[in-house]
Amino acid sequence: MDFYNGKELLKKCQEQQLPISEIMRLREITTGSMPPEKFEKKLEKALSIMKHSATKPLTNPSKSIGGLIGGEAKKVAEHGKTSNCVCGSMLSKAISYSMAVLEVNASMGLIVAAPTAGSSGVVPGVLLALADEHNIDDETLCKGLVNASAIGYLLMRNASVSGAEAGCQAEVGAASAMAASAIVEIMGGTPEMCLDAASFALSNLLGLVCDPIAGLVEAPCQSRNAIGVANAITSAELVLSGVTHHIPFDEIAHAMLRVGKSLPFELRETAMGGLAGTPTGCSLGCGICK
Amino acid sequence: MNFLSIFDVIGPNMIGPSSSHTAGAVSIALMARKMFPEAISKVTFTLYGSFAKTYRGHGTDRALLGGILGFATDDERIRDAFDYAKEMNVEYEYIIDEQTQTNHPNTADIDIVGVNGHKLSIRGESIGGGKMKIVRIDNIDVEFTGEYSTLIVHQQDKPGVVAHITQALSEQEVNIAFMRLFREDKGANAYTVVESDEPIPEDVLDKIRTNPNVDNLMLIQM
Repeated sequence: MDFYNGKELLKKCQEQQLPISEIMRLREITTGSMPPEKFEKKLEKALSIMKHSATKPLTNPSKSIGGLIGGEAKKVAEHGKTSNCVCGSMLSKAISYSMAVLEVNASMGLIVAAPTAGSSGVVPGVLLALADEHNIDDETLCKGLVNASAIGYLLMRNASVSGAEAGCQAEVGAASAMAASAIVEIMGGTPEMCLDAASFALSNLLGLVCDPIAGLVEAPCQSRNAIGVANAITSAELVLSGVTHHIPFDEIAHAMLRVGKSLPFELRETAMGGLAGTPTGCSLGCGICK
Repeated sequence: MNFLSIFDVIGPNMIGPSSSHTAGAVSIALMARKMFPEAISKVTFTLYGSFAKTYRGHGTDRALLGGILGFATDDERIRDAFDYAKEMNVEYEYIIDEQTQTNHPNTADIDIVGVNGHKLSIRGESIGGGKMKIVRIDNIDVEFTGEYSTLIVHQQDKPGVVAHITQALSEQEVNIAFMRLFREDKGANAYTVVESDEPIPEDVLDKIRTNPNVDNLMLIQM
């Protein structure tokens, strides 16, 4: 049992009257030959690493190896508890968790790439905040991860999730599409709605460049993960409200790849353009690499 | 296209910060460790291209050393690899080579010396997403990924050696996924690399060794 694009995925969901997460699980244990117990174990392991990396810096911040980040997640978490918080508890928590994961990553801690290390904060950030706000159990969160992986798989297969190939739109864009879709399934939306949410998320970051200062996965990667969670939550909210997207997911995936390929190479992870190419970005880079 | 698993998307579980500069570097060095038959006394890493430029901020140096110490890509000891190397009596050195052009921007050479004097040189490329390729053993260009159980036969390029190897594998009912012969020159040093989806039984090694043109064997199980 397999599917190669969004249209085929929706058809399978329709025929079997199953959510995306269940179709994706069946694909893994049939075509992927993974024993169901091993599948569950690996998912639980991924979720547990995600939880740890999203929360550890909130009490134990650490400086990144390159020295550009460290401590941001804790600041956001503390600010979120004050009356000055402007984005509400759900978004504040999601931002904080996502930035925490990037802090762990940049200080050589253990993370789950989702779909990449540079975008690893978005999916756990969104899911863990959702769990806090809506009392969602681990089993449901795992289904959310599997749903998210279906979107990530389609983008890996038919577009790209590599910043070097297609810019940050392919990394944080893909991660926010995955997270948006997961929220929608967890909150009771249909498979069609999940793909629509992923479509909104991809559309919203179309063209986003990959311009890491000093070539390191630190800045602006960390704050791009924060915008990734905002994008995922916004896209899911649109769809759950009944708003639909005009363009099918598969076409948007192809458009994302084409946009990515047309980005100049300076803006695809080479640390030559964008923020990395600014005078300050360059001098920070030189300071770290020498 | 290979089957993309859920855990290729939600994964790998890895020590950050970069799948290509950190996790891929661990994998190259861990493969070198598995190919080496004895305890390691000294290792020299030569970093090229993007590895040479950004190794410090990506922890590529600690990642390579961690792999040599036997740490997997998700092992939290990697961050403290320098301390563990001292504790495990492994001497290490880094050569940063920004001049030499290599085929891939993320390339490292690893030269290992064992406690009993055994030596091995390998070159690895980190090709993205934490995946890697070994592209050279000693002076011979090879290519394998470590994603399968891998048998590497160091041999002389003489008639009948490959047939002998496949005979030995077939007797143990090993299903070969890929098999290639790489040689220095006609009739000279060569490597046969066999990759299989299943673990390759150790008994195969004894049989293969009986051929006088087989010098050395390395087996890395999946």
